[in-house]
Amino acid sequence: MADGNARNRLAPVPFRGAGFAPGEHRLGGAAALVALVAIWQAISSFLGVSPLFLPSPIAIARALWRLIVEGDLLSQIGVSALRIAAGWSLGASIGLVVGLAMGLFTFARAAGFAIVSALFPIPKIALLPLMILWFGIGEPSKIATIALGVFFPTAISAASGVDSVPRNLIRMAQSFGLPFADIVRKVVLPGALPSILAGFRISTSIALLLVVSAEMVGAEKGIGAFVLQAGNLMQTDQLLAGVVVLSGLGLAVARAIAMLEKRFSSWR
Amino acid sequence: MLSVESLDLFYGDAQALSGVTLDVPEGEIVAIVGANGAGKTSLIRAIAGMLKPAAGRVFYKGADITGLDSHRVCNLGVGQVAEGRQVFPTLTVRENLAMGGLLPRARARKTGNMERMLELFPRLRERLTQAAGTLSGGEQQMLAIARCLMGEPDLVMFDEPSLGLSPALANDVLDTIVDLNRKGLSCLLVEQNVAASLEIAKHAYVLENGSITLSGQGSQLLADDRVRQAYLGM
Repeated sequence: MADGNARNRLAPVPFRGAGFAPGEHRLGGAAALVALVAIWQAISSFLGVSPLFLPSPIAIARALWRLIVEGDLLSQIGVSALRIAAGWSLGASIGLVVGLAMGLFTFARAAGFAIVSALFPIPKIALLPLMILWFGIGEPSKIATIALGVFFPTAISAASGVDSVPRNLIRMAQSFGLPFADIVRKVVLPGALPSILAGFRISTSIALLLVVSAEMVGAEKGIGAFVLQAGNLMQTDQLLAGVVVLSGLGLAVARAIAMLEKRFSSWR
Repeated sequence: MLSVESLDLFYGDAQALSGVTLDVPEGEIVAIVGANGAGKTSLIRAIAGMLKPAAGRVFYKGADITGLDSHRVCNLGVGQVAEGRQVFPTLTVRENLAMGGLLPRARARKTGNMERMLELFPRLRERLTQAAGTLSGGEQQMLAIARCLMGEPDLVMFDEPSLGLSPALANDVLDTIVDLNRKGLSCLLVEQNVAASLEIAKHAYVLENGSITLSGQGSQLLADDRVRQAYLGM
């Protein structure tokens, strides 16, 4: 036993406190993307893949340029963006109010969690036909579908955000005699904000998903309708140009949310 | 000034305090020492009105304050510097101080009190418009103390004020408490730093498993073999 211990002590122990800390590399990320596009271009140019099935990146860029200059791609983007903006603001504002109430009041919590858990798993696009029956084929049915999809994650993140506010902090504010409204405004809301913004991140991507799906089901304008139509006409380069626009839209929204997060969490 | 008489407190079925009796005479520092989970924070919260005791009485300046709401207790002049500081992280230093000055008993003199606090803690003046969450641990503790003093308390309960601070900063905080005490503030001090708190306390209690097991002069307890063994490792 003593012998074993002595031997253990002699063996040098290698330093193990490193690793598990992947760093950042700006150029590396850009290089990977460039390489991906280059490989794609090479396959299209040299392997003779039919441009009908996989158009080259250059062809897509050309189609994108043509659609912007000669076509009406910008107005299609505008139509979709408007739907997202309307549906998202509607769903997010109602979701925020309901979620905060769920975090603050017993009755709203009991009723809210039951209803939200029951309805949250429904794929909201399945409700689009119902929405069309209710509101007609025009804008309201699409906006309602997006709003429904956005409502649930927003309500859940707001409620759990309120839950995560340290109770000690609230008790502290109470002991200073702060009125309820002030406690909500100065202690609860700032504490719940990170979770609410995380919910926005999820709900904006849901809104993007739903706008495309809804436009594919029944719309004449909008990016979703445009992509579907291009597919029907076998205009693969235009189809992918539409997809590029969509991914740009998604990136832009994610960027905006990230900026909001940075702006509101500066105290950390 | 403050006296607690055979206080019992339960969390559901679990008893956190049983028959706790103690006294904080006016103008003194009284320390409560004890291990984690002994019930120190529960005791402070029960006195402050954040928890309702099952039995026993709390008297402050002769009046029964048992079970009063926390903002009423606060408004009578019993301040609390809570464990872990509990500053409002998104509010600025100025807003945090202003919150402490909301108590009706001190509201009229808010501006003057704020100025007094900034003289007492010059570091806070430099950070006045900064979010409290961006302050260092020591600065946050100073802010928590200053915020409490904005309510013009006559007695302050400090819950682990040196928790998570470097030894030098912890000493600063304890020095501040001694200084405030000299100016007339009565203090109930709960500390994990047993040696330092027994040194500055006139009277002290040892809390174990929810009961007071030992009490006496701070210096006496510091010399007590049981305390030395259990809390000072000597």
